[in-house]
Order: sequence, then C-alpha cells, then structure tokens
Amino acid sequence: MTGASVSLAPLHYDNDLVRRILRETRTIAMVGASPNWVRPSNFAMKYLQGKGYRVIPVNPRAAGTQILGEQTYTSLADLADAAPGPVEIVDIFRSSDAAGAVVDEAIALKDRLGARTVWMQLGVRNADAARRAEEAGLTVIMDRCVKIEYGRLFGEIGWQGVNSGIISAKRPRLHH
Amino acid sequence: MSDNDNTGNAGNIDTSGNTPPDADPSFGFATRAIHAGARPDAVTGARSTPIYQTTAYVFEDVDHAADLFNLQTFGFIYSRLTNPTVAVLEERIANLEGGRACVCSASGHAAQFLTFFTLLEPGDEFIASRNLYGGSITQFGISFKKLGWTCHFVDPRDPENFRAALTPRCKAIFVEQLANPGAVVVDVEPIADIAHAAGIPLIVDNTVPSPYLFRPFDWGADLIVHSTTKFLSGHGNAMGGALVESGHFDWAQNDKFPSMTKPDPAYHDLTFYETFGDFGFTTKARAVALRDFGPSLSPANAFYTITGIETLPLRMQRHTENAQAVAEFLEAHPAVAWVSYPGLKSSPYRGLAKKYLPVGCGSVFTFGLKGGFEAGVKLVESVNLFSHLANLGDTRSLIIHPASTTHRQLSEAQQIAAGAGPDVIRLSVGIESVEDLIRDLDTGLRSATAD
Repeated sequence: MTGASVSLAPLHYDNDLVRRILRETRTIAMVGASPNWVRPSNFAMKYLQGKGYRVIPVNPRAAGTQILGEQTYTSLADLADAAPGPVEIVDIFRSSDAAGAVVDEAIALKDRLGARTVWMQLGVRNADAARRAEEAGLTVIMDRCVKIEYGRLFGEIGWQGVNSGIISAKRPRLHH
Repeated sequence: MSDNDNTGNAGNIDTSGNTPPDADPSFGFATRAIHAGARPDAVTGARSTPIYQTTAYVFEDVDHAADLFNLQTFGFIYSRLTNPTVAVLEERIANLEGGRACVCSASGHAAQFLTFFTLLEPGDEFIASRNLYGGSITQFGISFKKLGWTCHFVDPRDPENFRAALTPRCKAIFVEQLANPGAVVVDVEPIADIAHAAGIPLIVDNTVPSPYLFRPFDWGADLIVHSTTKFLSGHGNAMGGALVESGHFDWAQNDKFPSMTKPDPAYHDLTFYETFGDFGFTTKARAVALRDFGPSLSPANAFYTITGIETLPLRMQRHTENAQAVAEFLEAHPAVAWVSYPGLKSSPYRGLAKKYLPVGCGSVFTFGLKGGFEAGVKLVESVNLFSHLANLGDTRSLIIHPASTTHRQLSEAQQIAAGAGPDVIRLSVGIESVEDLIRDLDTGLRSATAD
C-alpha cells in the first residue's frame, strides 16, 4: 500500500456534475495511456472509444507510436501543438505525486487545449494540484475512473453486479 | 514497451471509505429494497424487471465480442456469467448490504464455493465458527478437504479463539450471524479486528438476519455470503446465493492473495485487483470461478428473489414480531425446558443482540422439550400449521428436528457443539396470524407430552 489516499476520507462528487462533464465531452487526453492491452488505462481507452469519445494518448515512452489507432504524444504541449480540436478532459493515469506536474501543464495549456476538466484516476489524489486547477477555472475530479463513472451513470456497471448507487424511476436514456 | 499508466497500482485504491462512491445515502432501506438496481427497462419502459430468459446475447461486431471476452467493456456474453435479470438482483443485494458489488449463484453453498475458490490456493487454511448451518460445516470440513483446503472450527463465543487458531496459511475467518440453528449472536467487531490484524478478510454469512436486521460491513466484515433462498427471496420458492464485497479490503497488503494480485493465466495474465479495484473480488469470482465451475443463478429464480426483496422490510418486521411472541409463549410453557432466542430477557446474547441487531433478532431459533428426543419427534409430527421441512425464511412457519435432518451428517458431539443436540427443535416462524401459530404449538406440545 503506497497511496496517501489510504488515510484520506472518500471524495464525493455530485452525480449531475459528473454526468454533465461526460455529456459535454467529445475528446479526452489520456496521460499515461499504455500500449499494453492488459493495463487498466488501455482498458479504459478502448471502452471510452466504444462510447464515441476520441481518446488521445499522451505517453513519452510510447510517443510516435499508435495506441488503439490514435497517435501518441510526448506531452500535453506536444498534443496542443498538433491542435486536434477541443480536448475537454485531461485524464491522468499517473501516481498522485506525478499528477501535480501534469495538472500544472494542463493549467498552462488550458486555453490552447480547450480543456475544462482535470480528471485524476482511481487512486490518484493531489489536493494541492486540484486547488491550483480550480483557481485556474478548471473542474477537478479525483480518485475516480472515467470508464467506471460512465458505466455507473449510464447504467452499464450494474450489469456486472456493481452497486451504482443510482435510485430512479425515470426511464434511462439509451445513450449519453 | 514498458508501461506508463502508473496510478501506483491497485495498492493505491482508497480503502478508507464507508460507503460506495456516490451512493446516495438519502434513500431509506425500504426505498432501496424496491428500487436499487431496477430502473425501468430502457428499451421498452417495462416497469417490473423483465425475466431475460436467454442463454446468450448478440455481439455488435467482432471487436465488441473481443472486448467482452477480454472484460474490457461491460456487457453480456452468456448467462453462465451475466444475465440482465440476475444483474438487477446483484445490484439490489450489493446496495442493501452497503457493499460495492455482488455476484449471485445457484445457491448459498455455491456462493461459498465461489468465495473460497477465489480466496484460497491448495494447501491454504481458514477458520470458521463451529456454529454454522450444518451443511456449511460439512462443506467446509469434508468436501473442501478434497480441494486441499483446511477449515479449523472454533467456538465463536470468545473472539480470542479465532486469534488462537490463526496459522500462516490462514486466509480468512468465516462466521454466521444469528447462527442457525440456535440464533447465536456472534461478536463480529472484535473478530473483524483479529482478521485485519492478520491481514485477512472476515466473511459473514448474513442469511438469517438479512441486511434488514444486520449490516456486517458496518462492523468490519469484508465479504458477505447469502443463501437468498431464505429471507431475501422469502417465499420458499426460489433457490439462490450471493457473494457481496465491501470494496474496502486491500488485497495487495501482503502476498496472501495471489489470485487477486498476480497476473492470472486463466485470463490472459490480467491482474484483477489492479484492473477492477474495489469490485475486483466479485469480478474475479464471476470471471473465473463462476465461468469455470458454472453454478449460475437462473433468471427466473432471480426474478422471484427480486420480487421477494421488495417486501423484505415488511416481512422481517412481521417475522420478528411473531418470533418474539412465539418465543415468549414457549418459554412460559410447562413442557418446554429452554428457549434459545436472543430477543428473550433470559438469553445470554441479549447484550450482543442490542448492539448488532437493534431492530430485532429474526425468526429462527431453537428450544428444548423436557420430554427430550421422543417429545421432540412427537411435536414435529403433531403440529398442523407448522410445516415439517428442511428450510428457513419462508412466509410459512417451519419446524424441524435438526439432529435427524440438517445436522444429521454430524457426530453427536458436533451436533451438541452446534446447538443441534438430540432434544432440540428449530422453528422458522412465518408471517401468519401469530395466535394461530401459538395455538398450533400449544396443541402439539399437549399431544407431545400426553402419555
């Protein structure tokens, strides 16, 4: 157990906030995306592509290669130079400590990227970086998986027996 | 190419929370018993959960099929693994227990097998309370031995007995709450502490209380098993089992659980804890144990169980009221030697019951007749309204002589230790008119004691 999160209280995010972020997003920059198909980031990337998102990998060790059909960039700056159009979410698959520098890069590039949300993956929490991002006008989600949240809020995660926490008598929409 | 998706691995997963992420605490138990997991059908608007009576599901294309087989997306392949009706029941039970995820199975025994197959390697050991359903004692003590798993049974009345029985190969502690047959109230909290100090999970069989009366995760349990055949389903008409995980146990804290933390050759070297985090245990139980051994719950049985759970709070209230009245009647009856029901002032478990079961002590308990074995047999045969059968948790009142049925495979010493000695009668009090139940027992007791 290496994560500082062990001793931290669980975070709570309003379902409507997360739902809105996922609905208003078309493109996600996935920092730390792995070309190895059994890694969690690769799982998440493939899933989100299947839901209609464009996911652009950022990983210096895989730069120049393609992951799941997408060109991999060295850094967010490198990605911004390529001007792929608005990247609404910067999704961070790095350790809590390493996430700080990625968040600062996202803050510096937020206008060029069109970024609105900094999202740190399950097990990733960096309160200082989160504060800086919020002060810069970005929405911050930490310690959550984009794939799991999508599956939870749009009704798929219960298919695997997972408690979504959703209680509603409204007929669900078929797609986000 | 080395990996860079270093979230620190699954060891970073937050194990400190008390509720599943974003679970809405503002809905009460009775609301969740009806709605959890069961939104209207997205395609048709059907309000009651449809019975998806299908074995398989059409893939969108080859790539979608590959994603499903690789566990990269959520969805349905084959009803041995997942089924939309069964999934509603799984989410319902996970929600009511305050857990992260659930996998259902054909019976409670199957749920126990899925649990231990996922936890143990050949040569591993675990500790169990000696006060268990007789079938569990046989499964753990004899059948599991053939798989190379050893169970050590201890008296649960002193939690320290569990610590004393720990061995380096022990991978879990297992207890049953309101342990059948004699409604033994187990002091779960200190036993959970002993398990966690040893780096192993506490498993609670919560069949008899149901989550309406007892919430094991609130007291430190890590896994819960159910026979849903009993109070959850509630009508004596559908077999089923469930395994629930809290999501708070850190499987990577030691090297005891390679099944969770090492790449799995049965799944193209996937590491389940790293990939699925706080629902990794049930995912592994489903993707490997359920896949490879096949004790799946049928969608029809899931439907009956879902329907039953909708009235769980109402039924448990009535079960508990009736049981209290019947226990008080028996305790005052001249033919009765003793009554073992934690709701009675005479019960040694009164204090523990107040702590763990503040709403009520369920409706399964035992009593002994002054006339011993023969009077017991006569009673079972002379009652009219109580059904003589081997089950519990039915709307109907049930009666059984454990020593000749559920605990028959045990030695007499084991029977006595389990609270199922030759003179013992077990009741599962139903939700009929309580005065009818009392009259029936009174008539039976008169003929059982008449010369």
